[in-house]
Amino acid sequence: MVILALGTYAQESSMVRVEGGEYLPLYGSLDEPVKVTPFYLDIYPVTNAQFLDFVREEDRWQKDRPIRLYADEAYLSHWSGPADLGNSHPQAAVTNVSWFAAKAYCEWAGKRLPSVDEWEFAAMAGEDQYDARTQEEYNQYILRWYESSKSFLNPIGTGMKNVYGIHDLHGLVWEWTYDFSSILLTNEFRKGGNADNNLFCGASSVGATDLMNYGAFMRYAFRSSLKARYTSRNLGFRCAKDINDLEQ
Amino acid sequence: MKKLVGIGVLIGVGMLACQTQIEDKGQEDRSVNEVVTELPEMSIYHLQGYWTDQDSNTFELHELRGKVLVMVMIYTSCKAACPRLIADMRRIEEQIPEEYGDEVQYIMVSIDPETDTPSRMKEFARENQMTDAKWLFIRSTPENTREFASVLAVNYKRISPIDFSHSNIISVFDRDGQMVFQQEGLDVAHTKTIQTVRDLATLN
Repeated sequence: MVILALGTYAQESSMVRVEGGEYLPLYGSLDEPVKVTPFYLDIYPVTNAQFLDFVREEDRWQKDRPIRLYADEAYLSHWSGPADLGNSHPQAAVTNVSWFAAKAYCEWAGKRLPSVDEWEFAAMAGEDQYDARTQEEYNQYILRWYESSKSFLNPIGTGMKNVYGIHDLHGLVWEWTYDFSSILLTNEFRKGGNADNNLFCGASSVGATDLMNYGAFMRYAFRSSLKARYTSRNLGFRCAKDINDLEQ
Repeated sequence: MKKLVGIGVLIGVGMLACQTQIEDKGQEDRSVNEVVTELPEMSIYHLQGYWTDQDSNTFELHELRGKVLVMVMIYTSCKAACPRLIADMRRIEEQIPEEYGDEVQYIMVSIDPETDTPSRMKEFARENQMTDAKWLFIRSTPENTREFASVLAVNYKRISPIDFSHSNIISVFDRDGQMVFQQEGLDVAHTKTIQTVRDLATLN
């Protein structure tokens, strides 16, 4: 089920292979499972130190540099200078980065941002189950994290380690996904559309019932409030990669 | 290093040739900051990438600069909300006085670029009697489309505690490509949208 991508390439040691499969996402009224093809995912969120390496090479992404279309005023505001982390923990996840900046980092690293489905697929794993969404401890963990404050200050590796060996999908920061606006692009394809509600394309009730959906619900709610230029103190990212890229 | 050379060239050429120079510069350099000084920072004309219209013309967004844009994201096979969004676009267009005709461009951006080929968009335009040059149906790569949607920031709304759907939004841009107004919803009164378009079209 899980193959740790060690050796061969240096960057593989920082990624885990997720075999993918079918799963029912916790949004929309979906009768059909979504298929997720195998991919690599970073074991940890990108850290302040790693992002510093990036902006040292790509100075157009330094604090105060990107135009406002690409990053809002708070971009890297927790850093004290263009190439200075200030008091920020080098091993804490980098936050206050926009979607554009996260995407640029991943491309710089020869990777890409994960899709919502990839991210959610990996994140439904708990400490000992690939789909832990009905497991009480798993949900308790997420709810406790939501209630805690300033978890973004903690170094990577202090959040949940799941059965894939991936750390911190829950417990430290929220994370950008490539298609955080995917509901716009896919909702009606999937649902067939229902325009009863004047505001929405494809508005129909999902019938999801359990508390177990709460964690995912919060993530979708958060994503839905984002714009590509937004930055937030508790929003970071990690990168993914296609399997082919690594195996070729 | 590459960047330094780019800046050097720009300074050498000077302000008059600025526009030309921007065209020639590498994609990386002009995508983010220092070069495109004359555009407002929030302008969508900073976005890179080629788009194709219903007549198979290929262009970049910044070529639309100078016009007031009324824009909506749709796909031609959409049966639910999109026909109503199209109707809303027409309703807006009908209420813009003739004399502003050339100043305003009505743009339907496809969110299904694989299906919405130029010929399909053309047919869709014909079916909807939107063959005048003021109606533009455009598509790009999935990646450019994604980027554009992320920038337009069509917000999602919660319907029930667990349900999300995409909102239907008509956006208005000024002549420099800055988003000025967004109207959400179907069959709503477009009074404010129309007023915004009129105001922008009056300003030169």
